[in-house]
Amino acid sequence: MIIRILGEGQYDVADDVLARLNELDSAVEAAVEAGDEQAFAPALAELLSGVRSAGVPHAADSLDESDLILPPADASLEEVREMLSDEGLIPG
Amino acid sequence: MSLMKRISLIFRSKANKALDRAEDPRETLDYSYQRQLDLLSKVRRGVADVATSRKRVELQVNQLEQQSAKLSDQAQKAISMGREDLAREALTRKSGVTSQIADLKAQHAQLQGEEEKLTLAQQRLQAKVESFRTRKETIKATYTAAEAQTRINEAMSGIGEEMGDVGMAIQRAEDKTAQMQARAGAIDELIASGALDDVSSTNSGDDIARELDSMSSQADVEAELARLKAGSQPQAIEPAEDGGDILKAEPEANTTEGGASA
Repeated sequence: MIIRILGEGQYDVADDVLARLNELDSAVEAAVEAGDEQAFAPALAELLSGVRSAGVPHAADSLDESDLILPPADASLEEVREMLSDEGLIPG
Repeated sequence: MSLMKRISLIFRSKANKALDRAEDPRETLDYSYQRQLDLLSKVRRGVADVATSRKRVELQVNQLEQQSAKLSDQAQKAISMGREDLAREALTRKSGVTSQIADLKAQHAQLQGEEEKLTLAQQRLQAKVESFRTRKETIKATYTAAEAQTRINEAMSGIGEEMGDVGMAIQRAEDKTAQMQARAGAIDELIASGALDDVSSTNSGDDIARELDSMSSQADVEAELARLKAGSQPQAIEPAEDGGDILKAEPEANTTEGGASA
């Protein structure tokens, strides 16, 4: 499947690592729900590095849609909240 | 639902809403292509803007490093003149300048990071825009309006996602740069006001420098006086107790000089 890390590009990730990524994703989600800044940044970093290490960059000139989209590496908890609340994701 | 899925759905629906739709789906391709080119030039401008900010910070770091060196020299000079109070003042200012430099260097690294990210975003978008253009021409040449719809949707959603991503990257870079520009402006003002003692200021002058200057000009005056006195001494004073040799040597030099010029 194709996973996009915003601000970074698309990765091809094998389906069998998805279970592991889902665990990491749950940690990020929990931190966002709890508003836990301290847990959020390392959890997001771990999720993204999980994608980067399991995946290979998807061809730059393809016009394929991603199956999953992740926040940028330097996103704050507040920004991720905004993304989820339908605000400010795509400017203009 | 997982965070990844929620974000994906919201992002995608926004990206799709942002796409222009025309009556003839094949025209949609041209509209979209035009917007892609606009976005490409926007991201290029973004890269240039961040580079400008980065260069400004570099310039400020250079100015402040010169300032820091100058304050070190002043402290050294003050100590050699026995003015510990002035040396302390110079070193206090130097430590302020040093922390400004550290702050600016951190900003510089951040700007460099943004510049690299935007440059890569530009390259990715460029690659996708080029393949979109090829796809667009193929679709227009091969399919009727009715047949084209599915192909168009595929091409559009792929590029739409990239455009959303790049648009967001530009926005983030602009926000960060704007914050730093405000701080850079404040530092420029500080430098201009002399609060950080801009070395390039032509008034040659902060108070430490003025005091050291006045002290050294006093010292110069004394030295000059001493030389003059020494020059007039040989006739007046026979018994030179200690520095006799030096006092003797100088008048001799004077005489030779006088002789040569005459």
